[in-house]
Amino acid sequence: MTDFSEILQIVGLSILVSGTSTLIGSVVGVPLGVLVALRKFRGRNFVRTVAFTFYGFPPVLAGLLVFLILSRGGPLGVLGFLFTPIGMILAQSVIVMPIVMGITISAMMTVEKRLHDTSLALGANERQWRTTALHDARVGVFTAVMVGFGRAISEVGTVLIVGGNIRGQTRVLTTAIVLEISQAHYVEATIFGIILFVIAFAVFAFLQRLQAKGVV
Amino acid sequence: MSAAPLSLQGIHKSFGAKQVLRGLDADVRAGEIFSIVGPSGAGKTTALRLLDLLESPDAGRITFHGKSYPIRSSESLAQRRRMALVMQNPTVFRATAFENVAYGLWLRGVPDAELRGRVFAGLDFVGLLEAAKEPAEKLSGGEQQRIAFARAAVLNPEILLLDEFTANLDPFNVRLLEQSILRYRHETGCTVVIVTHNLFQAKRLADRVALLLDGQFVEVAPAADFFDHPARAETRAFLSGEMAY
Amino acid sequence: MSREPLPWPTFVTVWRAAFVLSALLIAAGMTVSIDLQPRSFIVLATTTSARDSGLLDYLIPYFQSDTGIGVRYTAVGTGQALDLGRRGDADVVLVHAPSAELAFMAAGQGLCRSPVMMNQFVVVGPNQSDPAGILGLTNATIAFERIRTTHSLFISRGDNSGTNIIEKTVWSWVGYTPSTANDTWYKESGQGMAATLDIASQLVAYTLSDDGTFLVHSANLELRIDVQHDPALRNFYSVIPVNPSVHPSIFVAGALRFAKWLTSARGQSLIGNYTAGGVRPFQPDGQDLCP
Repeated sequence: MTDFSEILQIVGLSILVSGTSTLIGSVVGVPLGVLVALRKFRGRNFVRTVAFTFYGFPPVLAGLLVFLILSRGGPLGVLGFLFTPIGMILAQSVIVMPIVMGITISAMMTVEKRLHDTSLALGANERQWRTTALHDARVGVFTAVMVGFGRAISEVGTVLIVGGNIRGQTRVLTTAIVLEISQAHYVEATIFGIILFVIAFAVFAFLQRLQAKGVV
Repeated sequence: MSAAPLSLQGIHKSFGAKQVLRGLDADVRAGEIFSIVGPSGAGKTTALRLLDLLESPDAGRITFHGKSYPIRSSESLAQRRRMALVMQNPTVFRATAFENVAYGLWLRGVPDAELRGRVFAGLDFVGLLEAAKEPAEKLSGGEQQRIAFARAAVLNPEILLLDEFTANLDPFNVRLLEQSILRYRHETGCTVVIVTHNLFQAKRLADRVALLLDGQFVEVAPAADFFDHPARAETRAFLSGEMAY
Repeated sequence: MSREPLPWPTFVTVWRAAFVLSALLIAAGMTVSIDLQPRSFIVLATTTSARDSGLLDYLIPYFQSDTGIGVRYTAVGTGQALDLGRRGDADVVLVHAPSAELAFMAAGQGLCRSPVMMNQFVVVGPNQSDPAGILGLTNATIAFERIRTTHSLFISRGDNSGTNIIEKTVWSWVGYTPSTANDTWYKESGQGMAATLDIASQLVAYTLSDDGTFLVHSANLELRIDVQHDPALRNFYSVIPVNPSVHPSIFVAGALRFAKWLTSARGQSLIGNYTAGGVRPFQPDGQDLCP
């Protein structure tokens, strides 16, 4: 049965894995989304459709792919990342990135063409324009990051497959819930669920305050 | 080869099947206010966008002191930064008035201390110093357009391009902005090209006026001559309101 | 007037800071996780029933304090556990599926195979009634036949787990294959053992379970063991260190240490003394067949 220090460890790992994968997914997804939305290149519509399709990509399938890649028998097996937190983070980043990118593209597409003209007319080069456009669409882009985090903190299948739900090593709130349910410990499962909800709520409340204050 | 600060030579521009400019020729003199008038859709805005190096002409050249800048080159960015274009719609950024006016200075990497001084001077010039910390979107239309003007003026452009920029404003703001242009030109000696459909405004501001009709400059003359003794029949028809288009 | 920075350079700064932070976190995560030899822990792949009985959580702390080697175990289906061994993602495998184990050994994927212990599958039913009249039997086939003829409510796991496969085997000995379409008394839970026991308890039904899991949960269930000690329902566990030729990263020394510890007098007595629900479900049956 889990004691308090173990619960603390599970909570800490959940936040670390979800937070880091959201960060990585955003650091890759936002600039990519900005580029796809603003730069004209051949095949742009195709890339856009692919990005939006990945919204519906089953995370558990991403988990399987990452498992096969990180397995000892797989191409990156020499790193030994299977059944470790870094493996979980990488797998979740793969899931978060298309979501952040897709919503960023949508947000950037709301930026007025007139703003582009104004920006250029005042002497912006393309890179400065992208920063300007990103700043203009920042509310939508920030929403993209929040949705990405929501996805990460609630993810079960991927982290279960890649992490292995190992006690003290790769057990997070969602996989702990699955374990407790499989053993018919419904009270413990519900408690973990409440903790998960409280954490998500706290994070979103904080992020929304930032958004309202116009910091982002 | 013309060494004028701004020279158009044989400019042609089409959008799809529609040919908008068919051979535009003009030399703009240093420090003058050059006004382009004409019917809507005649290509005035297109001409201004070409002058600001936002687009390329299909044929012909635009030169600045005799030098031309192909639109993709890095020198064209440098030249663009020596000019400023103010459009009909202020299109302010989602930021404070101060930040809006500072935008162009940030683009050029002006250091903080100097930037603040110039921004405050710019806001003061258009009478909006107290509104510095206001979000620009909350200002009235007239105030936003004044911000847009200040945003361009603080950059000390050699050439100031204005595209119907008081078209939507009330008389108070129109007058204020017109005074600002005259003051600005007087204080800095910059060259101004102003597109307007308001003949009274052209009369108030311009040194020379050009009538853009069917993609060409039909007449280019000093303001007094243009309005009082127009040389061309088309000009007379246009001024009297008898021209159908 | 305050010296607030402009929004656009702030954006650039925030993006750069986020980038640096991600790079730092990745680097930190990698240094913590990168497989450094020599390892101080083994990765054990085992089944959910082995975990659910509570035996592993009981044994592992003893092994760690006796040898200084940590055990990280992941509990999956039997097929996947053996596959993890085959891939080299686990150093040692602990399962209870003799035919699959022999195939594993025949393919050269196991270094050696030592029997460890056995428990049994039991038929459990409501503790206040016995509609099929099977209490006290020691033959599961007869018990299943009686359940069928009396149309008594029976909950199957229906998930192709090891337990489910044993259940289907017994039905094949009865000569009848129940299905939820034709037999209203036969239900499938599609879930793990604990959840299935819970359902049987609530619906006042029979089910087949490994004794370990049942005993761990018996206090919360309104069920009792009706049929046990059927020799055909014995469940044999073996420990198989993975063959290092499968993958160079296998911690062979640790795996062998674990296998030998389980079959040693120390390990065997701990297994025999493990108590759940007031009963000792595991019978030590170990033999060290490893080099």
